[in-house]
Parts: sequence; structure tokens; C-alpha cells
Amino acid sequence: MEKILEVKNIEKYYGNKSNLTKAIDNISFDVQKGEFVGIMGASGSGKSTLLNTISTIDRVTSGHIIINGEDITKLKGNKLNKFRREELGFIFQDFNLLDTLTAYENIALSLTIQKVNAKEIDRRVNDMAEKLGIKEILKKYPYQVSGGQKQRIASARAIITNPKLILADEPTGALDSKSARQLLENFEYLNKEMKATILMVTHDAFTASYANRILFIKDGKIFNEISKGNDTRKQFFEKIIEVQTLLGGDLNDVI
Amino acid sequence: MGKRQISKIILLETIFIGIISLLIGIVVGVFGSQFMSILVAKMFEADMSDFQFVFSQDACIKTCIYFAVMYVAVMIFNTFTVSRYKLINLLNASRKNEKVKIKNPFISVIIFIAACSLLGYAYWKVTGDVHSLNTADKILPPILMGVVSTFAIFWSISGFILQVVQMRKKTYLKGTNMFVLRQINNKINTMVASMSIICLMLFMTISVLSSSLALRETMQSQLVEMTPVDLNLYKTANLTEKYIRYGKEVATTKEQREDSRISISQTLINNGFDMKLLKDLTEINIYSTNNLKMIDFFGDKAEEVKSKFPMLKYETTEDIVKISDYNRIAKLYGIDQYELDDDEYIVLCDFDSMKELRDSALLSGNNLKIAGKTYKSKYNECKEGFILMSTSHTNTGIILVPDTCRLTDDMKQQHILVANYNANTDEEKEKIENLFSSEDSGFVQRLANRGLVIDGFTKISLMEASVGLTTIIIFIAIYLGIIFLIASSAILALKQLTESSDNKQRYTILRKIGCDENMINKALFKQIGIFFGAPLLLAIIHSIFGIQFALTIMSEIASVKELLPSIIATVVIMGIIYGAYFMATYIGSKNIIKEE
Repeated sequence: MEKILEVKNIEKYYGNKSNLTKAIDNISFDVQKGEFVGIMGASGSGKSTLLNTISTIDRVTSGHIIINGEDITKLKGNKLNKFRREELGFIFQDFNLLDTLTAYENIALSLTIQKVNAKEIDRRVNDMAEKLGIKEILKKYPYQVSGGQKQRIASARAIITNPKLILADEPTGALDSKSARQLLENFEYLNKEMKATILMVTHDAFTASYANRILFIKDGKIFNEISKGNDTRKQFFEKIIEVQTLLGGDLNDVI
Repeated sequence: MGKRQISKIILLETIFIGIISLLIGIVVGVFGSQFMSILVAKMFEADMSDFQFVFSQDACIKTCIYFAVMYVAVMIFNTFTVSRYKLINLLNASRKNEKVKIKNPFISVIIFIAACSLLGYAYWKVTGDVHSLNTADKILPPILMGVVSTFAIFWSISGFILQVVQMRKKTYLKGTNMFVLRQINNKINTMVASMSIICLMLFMTISVLSSSLALRETMQSQLVEMTPVDLNLYKTANLTEKYIRYGKEVATTKEQREDSRISISQTLINNGFDMKLLKDLTEINIYSTNNLKMIDFFGDKAEEVKSKFPMLKYETTEDIVKISDYNRIAKLYGIDQYELDDDEYIVLCDFDSMKELRDSALLSGNNLKIAGKTYKSKYNECKEGFILMSTSHTNTGIILVPDTCRLTDDMKQQHILVANYNANTDEEKEKIENLFSSEDSGFVQRLANRGLVIDGFTKISLMEASVGLTTIIIFIAIYLGIIFLIASSAILALKQLTESSDNKQRYTILRKIGCDENMINKALFKQIGIFFGAPLLLAIIHSIFGIQFALTIMSEIASVKELLPSIIATVVIMGIIYGAYFMATYIGSKNIIKEE
């Protein structure tokens, strides 16, 4: 298996000398090509910081992050933007769709900024929309569609550029349970049929149960790691709950 | 916190900001106005020796009052708005998106075509069909058409421009074009009104600035052209015992009657004027006869002209000058000299509307009978030329006749003296000038004591007089033009800046999906550029016709050849002010959307 993501001993400190907060405290892990990895943890555990450092939005204090053979902690300026544009796909909790653009345009935008030619864009957007079941709403504006549809538009936007790694930050955070299930099924499809590598941060056990492997983070450290293996999703879900209980009784995070 | 408290906070904030900006504004304004007056004085070459610092208390108080009125209005409006809001709306303010109203593109296209046609018609009305606009109130419909179609064009364009570009996939699906276009389309709905108003204001600025600058240039150059020597003196010849002056009968003394029969230089010498102070002295006479009145000049055309222009004084006698006399003056003035055969005459006239009338008579070959002999016109139009200096082209007609014409002494109507001051420096000239113009001058007093009248023009007095009414009008026009320009750029800039903070979220998304700063800046530049450019573009098209119309109206006082430099000057002024606001807006917006 090919390593897509390699996180090596990264640390992230906030604040100054007198009041130092370790958001990430020596974390290392790998993600293989075609994996669907979940990162779980309570609020303030450092999981969002971890995702931000991998997505190049935030910088690490020390350590290395290697994506597809490139050390992104050493990239700067426009090279970093280019890397982000071409190698990564993002899905955010609050969708981050442009309200002035239609669904079609929102998806196409990530291709136009990569200077893909117009015909190709048209073909790829329609293709992707069909796969994610949003073909009917392509002409609609974000405010005209439901939350679940918005997140599927965002997913289409993230995946259409064929990124090496898709980073999803609480993708179901703003969705009702039905929409969340639909979206996660889309993720499964992207992962299994389209061989997309997904790294998803969530604090929701149900959402996490769609992943193949889950990293649990507590106080900036990896606390536990479990794999789905040959379990059914229900069994995997129960495992997750067990670990969560161990983590410190974050029972209120369980659905 | 209750709504009242929120309102109170806004109220206090508004008052504080208001007071601070008022204070700064007044301080800047006090000095700015001094700069402005110096600038204006320089523009019209006024004497600056008496300049002093002025503080207008009146203006200051008025500024405060008007500012306060505006502020009270805004405060009341703000308080009202806040109290109307629901709490949930205030909390979600940043997440609430403005609904994009979608217009029917078909209707938009139809309205666009209609607006363009209406605009075209208005354009034609003020240029091609301009002679039909012969009274002031007829200009209103084309102006209204222009205003309405400006609004309609912006309204309709916002409805279909997107669809048009969308059809061109290659352009639409390129870089951030899609985003920029949507940004504009999103806002143009709400900006139609302000863009139209700004467009009209810019149009005003361009037309008013360039035509009034042209007017100023024409005035200045005519002034130089029309004042070639230092001194013109004239005196009525052949005074009778009683004559009509300004509609009143005036009796004359024997002394006055005698003086009116001698030349001006003789009068000067008789009254102790030192003739060495003058050089290039030239004296001529203007003749007139009751047999040649203005009505006679028009001959067959008389009735036609009279019916068109009933106000002209057709009973005044025409000025007749011998050709050799005129040529002597023309030589001194450095203007065209003329030649005549024994049976020919020439009409000199440079006052445009009068020239037109006289030309119509000359064209039909009107013969004149002067001192018992018939003369025919050498040319079928009036020629350029003048005898008395003036601030502009005001010669309404002088008839040049051959020297052989039997003009007798009793036909003399005016004595004319033309000369330069025998001095090299401005100070010396000023001294000689004072001999003629100052009340204390011994020469002037001697003339007054004897009841003698010599009128005249001097170069110095004409230059001073030219800073008169027209100048004030031009000044106001230029001033208003610049104020309009500043106001419209400021509105655009503010509108863009307030929207930039709203747009921050959108640009953040762009950044998140991988746009680099270059792309984002370019998108921002395009967006602001289009907002500044669109009203300007339409305003420029308006102005092409507006300036032409202005020139038609002002044809008597402004010349077309002065237009190009004025337009260049206008472009420079606009470029500086509008461009500066544009750049400031761009840089300001860039800072607002920058990531912390």
C-alpha cells in the first residue's frame, strides 16, 4: 500500500511562554491510499487543530507532515496554495458554499481555478453530480436547497479535482440524521468506488462508524486506535462507544 | 440587552463619530478653502497681491447646522431600524444571505433595447436635431429621456449580462470570472439606483468640466487677441446743441461742441497731457450718415430679419470707416489688412450671431448707397476685424469703404485714438494708466472741469474686467463639477468598502478552496473595477453628446478648437480623483478581506 499521508511527531503550541497550551502533543500516524480514517475526540482535544495543520491552514510548531511524498511544513506562499488547490479537497461543517453561485458553479469553481478547460469542466461536474445524486439541483442556489444537499454539493466540489486526500471537518455537524446518513453513504461510495482517501474529523460516533479506522485523540495525544476490520458497522459503532466511555465519559456525545 | 439600549449605543457611537469627523472636516476645510481660492485666482490670472487668510464664520455655522440635520436624520433612521429587528435576526446577521432576485432575461433584453433606443433618440435630439430645441423648456424632455434610459439600462443589464456571459462558457468557466460576475450580479440589483445616479453625476462632471474649461480657454485667448494695444480712446464728434444720450435729451456747452470738432490728440494737448508718454499713436474717424442705417444694410432682407429678431435697433446708423484708416489700425494691432476697389465695400463683424444675420444679407448681394455712390460688397460674407478693444468678440459691424468715398467732416461720428504707453515696465505703464483712470489725475480733473468727455478702454482695465460674471459662472461650474466627481467617487468607494466586509466571508471561502492571494486580489480588482468602470463608461458616452450640445449652445462664446485641451484636462482631473478613489477602495478592500 502507498502512503498518502505521513504525520511525524508533530507538535502545536499556542500562547506565550508563561501560558503555554499544547494543542497537539507529539502525534504520529500514517494514512494509506484508499483509506477512510476518522479522528474522534471531545471538544478541545486538538482534533480540529490537527486537521488544520494537515490542511495547511495552520502551521505546526515542530514535526513533519508529508502528503504524497511532499513535506508540506516546508511549503510556502503560492506553492502552498497550489498544493492545497491541487492535492487536497475540503469539506467543512458549515459547507462554505458561495451563496452567490449556483450548485453547478460552486462545484465548477474548484476546477476553473485549476485552469481546466470549459468542456472538461462541464463533463466532470455533470458526471460527479450524477454520482452524488444532486443532478436535479445543479441550477439552484445554496439557499434553495437543504443542508444535506448543500453538504453533498460541497463534497462534489472537494472530490471533483481528484485530490490525493479529502479532509472533512465535522461534515455531519450541521445535518439532521437522515441527511447525515445520506451524506455518509456518499462518502462510502467515494471511498469504495472512486478510491478516494478520506480523513474525517468528528465527535459523533455514528458518523465515525462509517470509517475503516479511527484515531481517538485526547489532550493533544493519540489515546487509542481501532480498526473496523471485518466487523459490521453496528459492531464497529459499539466498539467506538466503548472507547468513548474509556476516553472519559463523553456520554453526552453519544447519540 | 433591550432594544432601547442597543439603540442608545448606536446613538452614542453615531454622535461621537459625527463630532470627530465634523471637527476634522472643519479644520481641513478651512485650509482647503484657502488653497481653493488661490487655485481659482491662478486659473483666472487674478491679482493675488491683496490675498489674505479668510475664515468664514457664516460658512462654518452653516456647515455645522447641515451636518447636524443629516446626522439627526441618520440617527432617527438607525434607531428605527434597530427597534424593528427581531432578536434572532440580529444574532444571525452574518449568516443571513440576501436573496438574489432573478429577473426575466427576456423582459430585460426588451427593456435594454428600448432604453438604448430612447437614449439614441435623446442623443439625436440634442445633436442632429438641435435646432428644434429653440426654447429653454424643450431641453427638458431629452434630459428626462436620458435619465430614464440610464436607469433602465443599468436595471436591464443586470438582468441579462450574466446569461450572456454564461453562454460563452470559455470566458465564464475561467479562473475566478464566474465568482466576479456573480458578485456583481448579486449586487447590481441593489446598486442599480446608486450606479445610475453616479453615472449621471459623472456625466455632469465630464460635460460641465470640459465645456467650462473650454469656455475659460476661449475667454483667455480672446482676451489676449482682443487687447493688442495699451490704450483706446474715443470721443463723440460733431456734437449738436442738444442730443439724446441714454434716452434723455442733453444740452451741450459751446466748449463741448468745439472740442468735439477737434481730434483726441488735440484735446489731450490742450489739457496738458504729455504726449511723449504715448507711442505708436494712430488716429482715425468713424463716419456715419442717416442714409445708411442698419435697416438699410439688410435691404430686401429687412422685413424677414426684422420679423425674426424684432429686438435689434434697426434705426441706428452704421459705422463707416475709410479703408486706409482701418489698415493703419490693423497694422498696429497685427490683424488682417484689406484692399478695396473704388466701388466696393467690406463688412467687418466678429460677433457671431450678428455675423450670421449680416452674412445672409451679403449673400444676396446687397448694394449700399453711401455719399451718393453705390457700392457692392467685395465678399459675400463678413470679414474678421475690429477697431475698439474688448474682452471678447463684440464687433457687431463696421463698413469699410474706399478712400475715394466722399465722406465729409460733418459725417464724422467718432474720433478714435489708438496708442501704446511709452513705457517698458508694468509699473511705468501703471503710472500712465493712472493719468487716464485715476480720479486724482490732474488731466482727468481738467477734463471734468471743462465738461469734456473722452471714453476709452485700456488693456489693463479690460484684463481686470474680464474677471467678471462669466468667470464666476465658469468657476461655479468647475467647482460643482469637481464636487460632483468627489461625491460620486466617495459614494462608490464607501459602498464598495462596506460591502467588502460583507464579502469577507466569500473571499475566505475562495481562499479555503485553494485560491492563492494573486487570484483573490485579481478577482477583487476586477469586481471593484467593474463597479467603478460601468457608470464611467456610460457617463463618457453621455458626455460625447452632452459636450457637443453644450458647445452648440455656447458657440458664441466658446470655440471648438479649445475643446480638446479641455477634455484632456478633464480626463486628467477625473483620472486623478476617480482613480485615487478607485485605488483607495481596492487597497482598503484588500486589507479588509485579508486573513488575520
